[in-house]
Amino acid sequence: MRFDVALVLSYLPAIGWAAITTVGLWIVALVASIVIGLAIAVIRLHGGAIVNTVLRLLVEAIRGTPFLIQLFLLYFGGPFIGLTLERLPAGLLALSLFGGCYMSEVFRTGIRAVPRGHIEAAECVGLSQMQILRRILLPEMLVLVLPAGTNIAVGLIKETAVLSVIGVPELTAVISGIGSETYAFVEALTLLSLCYWALVEICARLGRTAEQRLSLYRFAA
Amino acid sequence: MIIPAAQVDGLDKEFGTTRVLDRINLTIPAGQVTCLIGPSGSGKSTLLRCIAMLEEPSAGIISVGGRPLGFSLENGKRVKLPTAHNREVRGQIGMVFQQFNLWPHMTALGNVAEALKTVRRMPKAQANEIAGQKLDEVGLAHRRDYYPAQLSGGQQQRVAIARALALEPKLMLFDEPTSSLDPELTGEVLNVMRKLAEQGMSMIVVSHEIGFVASVASKVVFLDHGRVVLDGTPQEVFAKPRHPRLAQFLDTYLDREAVMLA
Ligand SMILES: Nc1ncnc2c1ncn2[C@@H]1O[C@H](COP(=O)(O)OP(=O)(O)OP(=O)(O)O)[C@@H](O)[C@H]1O
Ligand SMILES: [Mg+2]
Repeated sequence: MRFDVALVLSYLPAIGWAAITTVGLWIVALVASIVIGLAIAVIRLHGGAIVNTVLRLLVEAIRGTPFLIQLFLLYFGGPFIGLTLERLPAGLLALSLFGGCYMSEVFRTGIRAVPRGHIEAAECVGLSQMQILRRILLPEMLVLVLPAGTNIAVGLIKETAVLSVIGVPELTAVISGIGSETYAFVEALTLLSLCYWALVEICARLGRTAEQRLSLYRFAA
Repeated sequence: MIIPAAQVDGLDKEFGTTRVLDRINLTIPAGQVTCLIGPSGSGKSTLLRCIAMLEEPSAGIISVGGRPLGFSLENGKRVKLPTAHNREVRGQIGMVFQQFNLWPHMTALGNVAEALKTVRRMPKAQANEIAGQKLDEVGLAHRRDYYPAQLSGGQQQRVAIARALALEPKLMLFDEPTSSLDPELTGEVLNVMRKLAEQGMSMIVVSHEIGFVASVASKVVFLDHGRVVLDGTPQEVFAKPRHPRLAQFLDTYLDREAVMLA
């Protein structure tokens, strides 16, 4: 069997759209993960015992089970509790929840790593708890968690592939479809790997650039 | 009678079962420098932190500028004061920490202007102008756009002083402001504090810089095991024959040269 580049190239427009879909899924899920992660982290640091336990169990359940199972549960199990979702929203919701739970743990660690004295200094000049959260804790925390956050973002790119199993037309679904149509499996899967690798590399580079830019904001500990 | 800058009556502080401050009674005179000295663990920081409302006293009343802070005594009972009242009285106090505690994601100017913008709700331009003046007063006008990580320890501490001064406090608290600095950087910070003292700022300073204490303080308080052991002018407190615990403290904690100066 020879490596048929021309064959793959003839499917380029379809692959292009699939790549755009994957990137779009990733960006939406990443933004949602950050929002969900922040919400869980802040509530768990300030909330009451019951809310805390519920959120802790949620985070542990999500982190303790494969994403594939979570996706199946939501997409096929959802209708039993009255939650019927289309493929795309179901996929995005599952992915965002998954990313959000991982992010929340990183954010919690980050918030706890902000030196106590920085908060006390803010209390001394009269900032309210809300202002301290918004102006001191969250910005300082985001700088601290950038490397760990980038890792989760990279992980999310790869998890988008799982959405192919419920038929979301992203890279994995489209390219493996081309593979079965043309029997050019090796070409298709090689191309698929290259696509993910490129995306991951771009994301990691963006993370490193941001880290360098933000290094100015780090305290000399 | 002149209202003292601060008054501490029967202050106790316990952490769990350990009593860290034991029946502290102190008057902090207005417009003067009061220095707190004492061995490590004697409760100096805890006392300052109680006055700054960073710790809640277990018993006793603290008042600042004649107004009770945190708790007040009503019909012989100690009652918690409303948050709004405490916020207002606390606004009269500026605190400077050993570790500077600048916010690393803001420039020097941003650090100083922050409370003016968020707490005093000043327009940005006005806040920045005042912050610029305060930085100028501590000799750092040319470093306004630097981040804390780009400043030396001495410069960071001077920014921290400017940050506290921006809110026009009536009482400044300094907790070992030069202890985490290299020896060659302590002078610039002590000079700023000396200038502040000359301008008549009421100050409480925890410091092991005994030369500074002896030359600037009008009152020295020696704390040991959470109790006020000595309380008087530097001449009275350092007079010979020295109180045995003070003599031991001076021998253990300070180099001989500094003691000679005092
Ligand atoms: N948050 C806390 N919980 C429990 N114990 C504490 C706490 N803060 C201080 N202490 C204890 O209170 C005592 C007094 O501490 P403090 O920091 O006030 O002493 P200090 O005079 O400032 O000492 P140093 O010169 O080392 O700064 C110490 O024994 C310390 O271990
Ligand atoms: Mg101390």
